[in-house]
Amino acid sequence: MNELMMASPMARAKSELTGNQVNVSLAATFEHTVGTPCCDNPKIQTKNVDVFYAENHAIQDVSLDMGANEVTALIGPSGCGKSTYLRCLNRMNDSIDICKVSGDFILDGEDIYAKSQDPVLLRARVGMVFQKPNPFPKSIYDNVAYGLRIHGLTQNKAELDDMVEDSLRKAGLFEEVKDRLNAAGTSLSGGQQQRLCIARTIAIQPEVILMDEPASALDPIATAKTEELIAELKENFTIVIVTHSMQQAARVSQRTAYFHMGRLIEVGETDQIFTNPQHELTEKYITGRFG
Amino acid sequence: MNNSTLIKQGLKRRYRKEQAFRVLGLTSVCIALLFLVILLLDISSKALPAFIQTQIELTVDLSSEQLGLNKDSSNDEIRQADFRAVIRAALLKRFPAVTNRQDKRSLYSLVSTGAEYQLLDLVLADKSLLNQTSTFMLVADDDVDALIKGAIDRRLPESDRRVKNQKLNWIEALESDGAVHSTFNWQFLTSGDSREPELAGIKGALMGSFYTLFMTLLMSFPVAVASAIYLEEFAPKNRLIDLIEININNLAAVPSIVYGLLGLAVFINLFGMPRSAPVVGAVVLSLMTLPTIIIASRSAIKAVPPSLREAALGVGASKMQTVFHHVLPAALPGMLTGTIIGMAQALGETAPLLMIGMVAFIVDIPQSIIDPATVLPIQVYLWADSPERGFLEKTSAAILVLLVFLIVMNALAIYLRKKFEKKW
Repeated sequence: MNELMMASPMARAKSELTGNQVNVSLAATFEHTVGTPCCDNPKIQTKNVDVFYAENHAIQDVSLDMGANEVTALIGPSGCGKSTYLRCLNRMNDSIDICKVSGDFILDGEDIYAKSQDPVLLRARVGMVFQKPNPFPKSIYDNVAYGLRIHGLTQNKAELDDMVEDSLRKAGLFEEVKDRLNAAGTSLSGGQQQRLCIARTIAIQPEVILMDEPASALDPIATAKTEELIAELKENFTIVIVTHSMQQAARVSQRTAYFHMGRLIEVGETDQIFTNPQHELTEKYITGRFG
Repeated sequence: MNNSTLIKQGLKRRYRKEQAFRVLGLTSVCIALLFLVILLLDISSKALPAFIQTQIELTVDLSSEQLGLNKDSSNDEIRQADFRAVIRAALLKRFPAVTNRQDKRSLYSLVSTGAEYQLLDLVLADKSLLNQTSTFMLVADDDVDALIKGAIDRRLPESDRRVKNQKLNWIEALESDGAVHSTFNWQFLTSGDSREPELAGIKGALMGSFYTLFMTLLMSFPVAVASAIYLEEFAPKNRLIDLIEININNLAAVPSIVYGLLGLAVFINLFGMPRSAPVVGAVVLSLMTLPTIIIASRSAIKAVPPSLREAALGVGASKMQTVFHHVLPAALPGMLTGTIIGMAQALGETAPLLMIGMVAFIVDIPQSIIDPATVLPIQVYLWADSPERGFLEKTSAAILVLLVFLIVMNALAIYLRKKFEKKW
């Protein structure tokens, strides 16, 4: 922890030296997170999160709660640390050697980074959908069945078939692919691939779904379908979504958190953030003056 | 002058450069192909005679007076019978004018020394041949063979000719009888090495190469793939691992004969493994091919997109499952390419095998991985080193067999690679 404290002002000084106008204004105006980082019914709570990539202080002292059965959107300009923060929630950063994470991550009262916490079990509970659709180079069926198989969640073939169909239905893909479940997952269009990835994630029935810019590689129609799907999924899952598109955040989320240069600047109800931002930076960002 | 005229002026020069580069590339490809064609034509034209065997038709009397055998004789009795004598008798009967002892010896050398064993095998297979007189096609001596194939020029003066007039007359007499036949040389493909060119076959070396390479593949592929996976996916980043990585790269550059010395010193002298055995050759060649396969496998693993790993980890696959279910299948084609290169290298390797005794003259066809054996490139070396005229064509034929072996092996590997490459 000592190390963190020492590195933090250094990193800030460095970013000020090389930074642009926005950077300077951040140092001048940021004091603490504006808004309500805590919520009534949290699924995941994080406190004082710091993330380092080697010397680079990627996330600085972020505290944020994500409410159960709602969509929390993380927005902010490129390189603001929102994806890094998201990947900390299911320990996807574990495999990156230079990445050091500190702070408290609590999922339903359990410490995500505790020694006793198994990352494999954690990732079964906290699923993830990535920016670029990344179906396995297998059939559509096998893509969805893979998670069920490795976790041993079904007893027999019939049950597996049902679960696969159910997941594809929930992801709104079943009608389009029911005749070609044995076709390659990669043969689908981009939007279908992304929904396949969502089906793959919800098949193992996680509690939380993390989405890292799930629609950024999709055309508007596929994006609209994905957004509809997200709205339906929040009935059963807690969703945290990183997005570049403010319209998307406004459409799908209940709460929005605005990140800037590794800091959580402002967090609050989505309506409030987009209509009445409290912080100068948030206002500048959502009115499109930078980003 | 505006930009587009400036660009237009430069365009011609740019296209000229492109054209020049294309011509250069095409020329070098053509030159390479030309030399390959010359090489192949040369080898195959020299090798073709090796696949033709000259046989002499002789009427041989296998009566009991001659052999002391009848239809009820046991196999052991047959094996002890003097078949050489009956062949000699048949030759004398055909050329009754020969009486002189020296001339007789010359006459007997028309037929290969292997003919008596050929006759023995025929009789063992069919005992009804005993007690009667039949005609047999017996393998001709290599000099006769060379003369028939035209390798020895009949028009040369006798002093310059290896086959003297007397022998030439006998051969021509046999030819005019229609008793000299040229047939496909199955013996070349079915027998082992021999001191006599007309009896020498490639099968011993072929089987030796097969056993050696099979064992090499069996030992090197799993070890190399396991090492590559460990180093790429599981190994911590520290000095020891760095040292291992550097040394793997260094090993790829070690001269192959050094591996032979290692094999001799460690596997044969220290561990007491059998000399000249394919298994020892395979261990040595495995050591030699390991770095090649490891390096290729590691770059294949590195080339697997991280998104695939993340996808697997994201649905809760363990590290091991991620590697074996997703990374390995995606990297397999690249690994197989490395294996093809390594195995082709191992197939053509001679130096390290010389050191462990696979250069020995071995007549028997190896039946297992611990039988003494030699391999195809060493067989080429041994035959190329032999003075007899008949080995010249055998050398080229052995090279041809080596090339065919290589092509079959690579074709198999490429087929497998294509199969795994099937991108969904």
